[in-house]
Formats: sequence, structure tokens, C-alpha cells
Amino acid sequence: MTSKFLKVTIERGADAKNAQQVFDVPAHESQTVLDVVSWVQQFADPTLSYRFACRVGMCGSCAMMVNGVPRWTCRTHISKVLDGNSVTIGPLRNLPIIKDLVVDMDPFFDKWVAAEGMHHGGLTRDDPVALVDETSAARIEANAGIECINCSVCHAACDTVAGNPEYLGPAALQRAWTLLNDARDEGREAVLDAVSGKGGCHNCHSMGSCTAYCPSGLDPMSAIAGLKRETTKSFLERVR
Amino acid sequence: MNAAKGIASRAHPLWLAYVLHRLSGIALAVFLPFHFWVLAMAVTAPARLDAFLAMTGAGVVKLAEFGLVFLLAVHMFGGLRLMALEWLPWRPSQKTLAAGVAAASFLIAALFLLKAV
Repeated sequence: MTSKFLKVTIERGADAKNAQQVFDVPAHESQTVLDVVSWVQQFADPTLSYRFACRVGMCGSCAMMVNGVPRWTCRTHISKVLDGNSVTIGPLRNLPIIKDLVVDMDPFFDKWVAAEGMHHGGLTRDDPVALVDETSAARIEANAGIECINCSVCHAACDTVAGNPEYLGPAALQRAWTLLNDARDEGREAVLDAVSGKGGCHNCHSMGSCTAYCPSGLDPMSAIAGLKRETTKSFLERVR
Repeated sequence: MNAAKGIASRAHPLWLAYVLHRLSGIALAVFLPFHFWVLAMAVTAPARLDAFLAMTGAGVVKLAEFGLVFLLAVHMFGGLRLMALEWLPWRPSQKTLAAGVAAASFLIAALFLLKAV
């Protein structure tokens, strides 16, 4: 680190870009972006609002824009993102800002629901437990996407979401893809209908920012490509 | 400044491949009406067409043709890349493919240029 202090610009307010505030934050070893934001809130300006919970990359609540890139701030070392000695931290893109670095996640989760991102069970408690073949191709597809922590980094990274507010976005569509490949889920028709509508998977331009920036290393773009294939197959079957 | 920052924060191979595909598509769409206009001269004004074709020997026109072939190559491979990406269920090789697309397009365009000059 070149200096003992970091020049930290924080975008605040509903019009974040026009309300930038600069703070000098003491630099430490192994300091995360979240540590930096916490320092500002604790020692410089207690009115700064931000959101976090687990600090270990599990809960998905601390994502912010760091130098224009969406990142999970609790697992991002400040030394890896510094531009010289400075960094700009802002609220996540593509979601309404509540205050400072806190965004309203409701539209993000509403899209999970709109994509039929819930379990469609067919069994009752009296049925035997459904066996899942861990080695089946479908299960491997499903397993590839189920570690999503709902942090909305992919949603913020996606330029298609930015241009089309109705687009369900990478996270919700990936969730739909895992359900489609889950042997226990019986909502195939409902899921396919939900993801082939106006805001569905065919809006995706395969820009790949979701996959490039997913902090959990998931691949929503390929999941969406899977949905494109399945919805097309199902459409052709219906026509025939 | 902001635009540069916006591009820098997105500049991963897949996004750049997307942008290249878009821009080459727009450029080709702009070119097509002129292309048809020149072709139509064969019927409406053969003398003007001959005069135009005589111009194509000039270096600057050849350079423009190189640009055109480059756009066509880039756009064709971009489309093939997209179809392969979305219709064949493969995974991590995508980035390599995107890079390969740009390289192959450039190679074809460069070969054309070398042949032309």
C-alpha cells in the first residue's frame, strides 16, 4: 500500500453520482471494502447507511458497486480494487436506492417469484422421500446453480436488466433453470411459461457479465442458455 | 470519461465480443443500402457503375474493402459464436472461443488485405 490513508469516495443519496463524499480512511493489512465502509460509518459519519450481515460471503447482503464493478464487499480485499490510492463505492446498480449504499431488493426478489422460483412439490408427507440421483446429468446442471446467495451482483452487472426493467435477470432465471433440472420439482410447465414471456430468458444477449462477476463463481449465462434451449424445444413440441 | 469508465468496468471477453457483434451489425446495416444502390447502377446507369468500379483499384478503396470484409467476418463469427454458446450446452471454454472468434476474424481480414495490396 502506497500510503497510510485511502481516499474513499462514497456515492450517497438517491442521485448517487451527484452526491459524492470523500473520506480519508486509515489503511490496514487484509482490509476488506466492507471494513472501509464500516470505518467511515463508525468514525467519520454515523449517518452513512449500508447493509451487511454475515461478513463471510454467505448472506448476500453487502454487495455494492466498487469502482463501477458490482462486488461482495465482505470478501473483496481493498488492496485488489484500489485505483492508485483511491476507490469509489456506490450502491448496487439496477435497483432503487433507499439511502446511501442501501438498495431496495424487492424488485430483485419479486423477479424470483415471477420466474416461478419456488419449489413445485407433488408429493405429500405420506409419500416416501424422493431419491435424487446425484450423478444424473440434470442433477449436475441443477447443482451448478444452487449455491446462489441472492446478492444481486449479477443483476447489477447485467446491461440487459439496465435497459429493460421487466427482464427477470440472471439470478431469477438461473433459479428457474435449477428447478427445471430438479427431479423433485413438478412445475415444468409453469416454469417454462414464466421464463418464456415478455421479460423472459430470450431477452438475454449473452453479454456474460453475470458469469464474469458472480462472486460464488456460478454461471447464470449458461443457465439462461439452457432455458433458451428448453423453451424453444417445448415451443416446437407444442406446434407439432 | 464516464463512458470510458463504464467500458473499463465491463471489459471482459464475452462483453467485448457482444459489443463487437453489435457494432459490426450496425455498420453493415448502414453499408447495405449503399451496396444495393451501387448494384442498382448496373441497371439504371452502367456508365456510372463502370466509373465507380474503376475507382476500386485505389488503395484507399481497398482499405475500405478490408474494413468491410473485417466487419462481415467479425459479424459472421460473432453470430456463429452466439449460436454455439446458446445452442450447444458447453461451459468454461466460452471465453476461449470468444477470443478465438476475434483472432479468426482478424486473420481472415488480414489475409484479404494482403491479397488485395
